[in-house]
Amino acid sequence: MPVLQLDGLTTNYRTVRGWVKAAEDVSFEVEKGEALGLVGESGCGKTTVALSILKILPSGARIRHGKIIFDGRDLVPLSDSEMRKIRWKGISIVFQGAMNALNPVFKVGDQIVEAIRLHEDVSKGDAMRRAESLLELVGVEPSRVNNYPHEFSGGMRQRALIAMALASNPQLLIADEPGTALDVIVQAQVLKLMRSLKEKLGLSMIMISHDLSIVAEVCEKVAIMYAGHLVEYGSIEAIFKEPLHPYTQGLLGAFPGIKGERRKLTSIPGQPPDLLAPPAACRFHPRCPYVMDICKKEKPLLEKAGSGDHYVACYLY
Amino acid sequence: MEEPGVIVAEGLKKYFSLKRGFFETLVSKKDLFVKAVDDISFFVKKGEVLGLVGESGSGKTTTGRLLLRLADPTAGKILYRGKDISHLSARELKPLRREMQIIFQDPFESLDPRMLIKEIVAEPLRIQRVAKNEQELTERVKQILREVELVPPEEFMLRFPHELSGGQRQRVAVARAFVLDPQFVVADEPVSMLDVSIRAEILNLMLTLVQRRGASFLYITHDLALARHMCDRIAVMYLGKIVELGETGLIINQPLHPYTKALIAAVPVPDPTHRRIGDVISGEIPSPVNPPPGCTFHTRCPFAHSRCVNEVPPLIEVEKDHWVSCHLVDRPLTS
Repeated sequence: MPVLQLDGLTTNYRTVRGWVKAAEDVSFEVEKGEALGLVGESGCGKTTVALSILKILPSGARIRHGKIIFDGRDLVPLSDSEMRKIRWKGISIVFQGAMNALNPVFKVGDQIVEAIRLHEDVSKGDAMRRAESLLELVGVEPSRVNNYPHEFSGGMRQRALIAMALASNPQLLIADEPGTALDVIVQAQVLKLMRSLKEKLGLSMIMISHDLSIVAEVCEKVAIMYAGHLVEYGSIEAIFKEPLHPYTQGLLGAFPGIKGERRKLTSIPGQPPDLLAPPAACRFHPRCPYVMDICKKEKPLLEKAGSGDHYVACYLY
Repeated sequence: MEEPGVIVAEGLKKYFSLKRGFFETLVSKKDLFVKAVDDISFFVKKGEVLGLVGESGSGKTTTGRLLLRLADPTAGKILYRGKDISHLSARELKPLRREMQIIFQDPFESLDPRMLIKEIVAEPLRIQRVAKNEQELTERVKQILREVELVPPEEFMLRFPHELSGGQRQRVAVARAFVLDPQFVVADEPVSMLDVSIRAEILNLMLTLVQRRGASFLYITHDLALARHMCDRIAVMYLGKIVELGETGLIINQPLHPYTKALIAAVPVPDPTHRRIGDVISGEIPSPVNPPPGCTFHTRCPFAHSRCVNEVPPLIEVEKDHWVSCHLVDRPLTS
């Protein structure tokens, strides 16, 4: 049984100009010990999906359809107090922007202790010992619990946030753009840590990123989002070997590699659409080089294509 | 480095003095400096794209600003077409500004929100009094907007920056930089704020404009993979110093400095069957206030030995057009 199963999740934001269709009909599964990469450009709805899973959406946003089945239980109808039991213990999140996610006026250790004691009935001393071992787990010297965030470097802050997210042994960890604000080498260190944590703790993971190559380093599965729709989904090997959706092909072409032949970078013409009034049917059709009549009339469904574990929403297949 | 470059830096240094409290200045007499750029020499040839690559805090942005005299060097010389411009006054620099331009990182911050696109692009022309009359000015603005593919220009000219997308704004910034037909352009992380799918377009556009004018281009980035696709030569900076400099192919395929090797190893590869991140070097870039003695990289270097702690390695030419500053390669390679 998958740890998390999304079934037709649709989340909209209410604005004065109407509903912003941030995520529509998104379905995927995360198995135990598996990492899923959620990839797309800014504004494609990947963070909205993450916030929906934890039900920590900003006011004005609403889950309008769909099911979020975690551990055999649908989270959508749950009340806030019931959700609180699931957050951190069941599902936890590492937010984007390691630099600003810690409170500057509290010691790092105290912030982790606070998280632990909110969810479990343990003494302060025990919680502090746990905070120390958590820091050790993510590769930070345990004695640094007494430091303030400003005494940490960017990479250490990112590690501390990961430690905090692991405070109550969650089954599923959501990481929103881990390492994006960090330097290449530090980013590589963080990715390496994520991979080893996944193996060591048997953690399930959702990794949100705009960078396919980061996802390729850690994840087994990948879901590509464009303008609120899931356009391609499957095992990472299948998608990299044989990208089917024109958008995925475009994304892969836009990334320069460090190895292999030097080639001219390609880009996808046009720009991501306005989600207040997204294009009808397939939302990628105005930018698609292979657009057909049907693409403008009917939304393509996510269907099995190619070889192996691979699904695509495109009329070409 | 005898080869004449359009722009040459010789022993360039920039130290920022550290602000300290009144009491601290009384207690300790020693002034503290951030050595943002510490004795670097290089040149950019005519029509060449040079990549300046490094982590944040390596001094790459300061170097770019120094070359354009947007910051004043603490020591060293900047030669533009053989002329020393390191001590020119603002007035003397004004005619040179026509030939040297910069494109900033963030197109959301670098364009005045209260100016029309036409005025933003026309401003350099007005300051330099290039156009004879209003009509010629408008014509030149239209022409450059067409060149950066903001078409029809008549429509874009009358818009404000907030009406444009990130990619279009960066095109405006590119138009503003190229409207005077500059000979030397610095681009400081010009696409890091943009969506992945439109980055390539902007980069290719800049390359086309540079080539069309035969201009020299300094491309500042932290992304070695992007630099590889853009640049003829790459200079790798670490803590205010150039540690390796050479042709792109040499730097990427036969890097000599351990730091360059570490940078290359850290770039994630879009290929799930080849997960490469295995041996990442540990630690982070030290503070430039108190850089390590000797080779500044020795605190993180897997090959550091006693000499690295005590002695600063000079930047030497180990093979043709390949400069390295490391004690491991302290004599020219024999081929």
